[in-house]
Amino acid sequence: MKSKNITLIILGIFFLLFPFIIKSEYYQHLVIIALMWVVIGSSWNLLAGYTGQVSFGHAIFFGVGAYTAGIFVTKLEISAWWGMLFGGFAAMLIALFVGWVCFRLRGPYFALATLAGSEIIRLVATNWESLTDGMVGILIIQSFRSKLPYYYIVLGLAAACIYAIHLLMKSKWGYYFVSIREDQDAAESLGINTTLYKNISLLISAFFAGSAGAFYMNYMAFIDPHVVFSLHYISIMAILVGIVGGVATIMGPAVGAFVMVGVQETFRSAFFGVAPRWISEAHALVFGLLVIFVIMFMANGIVGDWGKIKRVLLGTRPSA
Amino acid sequence: MPLLELKKLVKDFGGLKAVNEVSFQVEKGEIFGLIGPNGSGKTTIFNCINNFYPITNGDVIFKGKSIKGLKPHKVCHLGIGRTFQVVKPLARMTVLENVTASAFCRFNTIREAQKEAGRVLEFCNLNTSKEKLAKSLPIGSRKRLEIARALATRPDMILLDETAAGLNPSELDEAIDLIRRIRESGITILIVEHIMKLIMSISDRIHAINFGQTIAEGSPKEVADNPAVIEAYLGEEYARS
Ligand SMILES: Nc1ncnc2c1ncn2[C@@H]1O[C@H](COP(=O)(O)OP(=O)(O)OP(=O)(O)O)[C@@H](O)[C@H]1O
Ligand SMILES: [Mg+2]
Repeated sequence: MKSKNITLIILGIFFLLFPFIIKSEYYQHLVIIALMWVVIGSSWNLLAGYTGQVSFGHAIFFGVGAYTAGIFVTKLEISAWWGMLFGGFAAMLIALFVGWVCFRLRGPYFALATLAGSEIIRLVATNWESLTDGMVGILIIQSFRSKLPYYYIVLGLAAACIYAIHLLMKSKWGYYFVSIREDQDAAESLGINTTLYKNISLLISAFFAGSAGAFYMNYMAFIDPHVVFSLHYISIMAILVGIVGGVATIMGPAVGAFVMVGVQETFRSAFFGVAPRWISEAHALVFGLLVIFVIMFMANGIVGDWGKIKRVLLGTRPSA
Repeated sequence: MPLLELKKLVKDFGGLKAVNEVSFQVEKGEIFGLIGPNGSGKTTIFNCINNFYPITNGDVIFKGKSIKGLKPHKVCHLGIGRTFQVVKPLARMTVLENVTASAFCRFNTIREAQKEAGRVLEFCNLNTSKEKLAKSLPIGSRKRLEIARALATRPDMILLDETAAGLNPSELDEAIDLIRRIRESGITILIVEHIMKLIMSISDRIHAINFGQTIAEGSPKEVADNPAVIEAYLGEEYARS
């Protein structure tokens, strides 16, 4: 317990000082993106990992958050930073509807329904041009030139998200979420309103994914429907972050986010320019292989199987 | 006023009448046995009481009010706890977490819920397995975990569905003792059991069904001597051999 706290404090200090240690804007950018994925991955993990409702459509909430922030600027002429709060609320509003429709279904049917939902909303965002400017996308002016403000904002968001989920999972709601995942009928018989608590989990999850989306709008200053509602770049990536890091662990998605952003960038940049360019086309393939590897050898992800990984790396035997 | 009353309960599965106009009353404080050969509709009756299955016809009255159509979690909050014949442990949670989750039915803070869970685990002799994952328990303990979870919801009445099936003789004695102590703590019990030694020695009254229909009701002795009951069970014996 003690050593865990010390690790957390060291990590905290490291992240607070990071931009002063690493001055390269390129690496700062990567860490900002990774921290954003910490938020999305944790939000996915709350719903899928802890509550057992596997979403293939987290882009819905991310995208709605991003568009809320963007539309604040283009239509209401107020700061996109308001989106950090209201983007989360807008995502919750959509989540109410998603939950109402999709929670009638269980297991893989729920997953497919969320997948269909994200395709529908992408089409809506593409075609509702008077609101979203369609395929043209939304371009805003960045608030800051330096990376520092963005870094600390997303660091705060990631820390708040992890801490909130940590507290949540030690409360009645957390126990209810996991009970629902383990056995829905048993949960009902224990007095748990499974429909209500699945929706609560979805709403909290949507809020964090939505504020991550709003952050993306502010930071990247450009969005279009293909990016923020993307199955490949957002929904699947959220799942990968979760399972590579370790589902149903607090720190899993945080670790998964850094690993996945690292892998993605290594391939996108063709091993930082060392490898031939065509390698960068292969990153989807590598993602797929990575998932197969994780499922076969570390089903609980990096954090969930940490003991096992340590044993393999150190070459020690399992303690009996 | 009876605590629980079934009024001409009917449950259809397509063409099959799994339960056909079954009526009985369970008085507060008693142990009421429900018996019948395999497939006679006992579990279906439980599932109709807490509404896992919607009732086709008839009514279920609890504490003087109809609970027909109420969601299972509402029925639990009203004071009916249940166990499952095919146990449903929350597998990847510890024993303590299983029972804590159900104690949240009456308590809101983790401290209170955990305290209640600890008390119930002690009562059910599961204390030593507290930190084990539910999936790692042997069947005897799993059955007791079912009971513990139901008790932690602080029910007025508990439905026990074959909680003694598959137990060895010493576990069986322990189970009988546990059921008696549950009743002493003021909880009314509706129990389904195939083990005649258990059900006959423990029940105040017994209701017997076959093919979803009532065939007898009365004291254990009356029911055991009833020709229709003997035939239902003997018939089953003959069919088996
Ligand atoms: N969900 C269901 N759908 C269709 N038929 C069902 C369903 N559940 C039970 N049945 C049928 O209803 C009848 C009664 O089943 P039930 O499980 O209530 O019997 P039981 O008395 O509990 O038997 P056992 O002693 O073997 O547990 C059986 O014929 C069974 O096949
Ligand atoms: Mg049965």
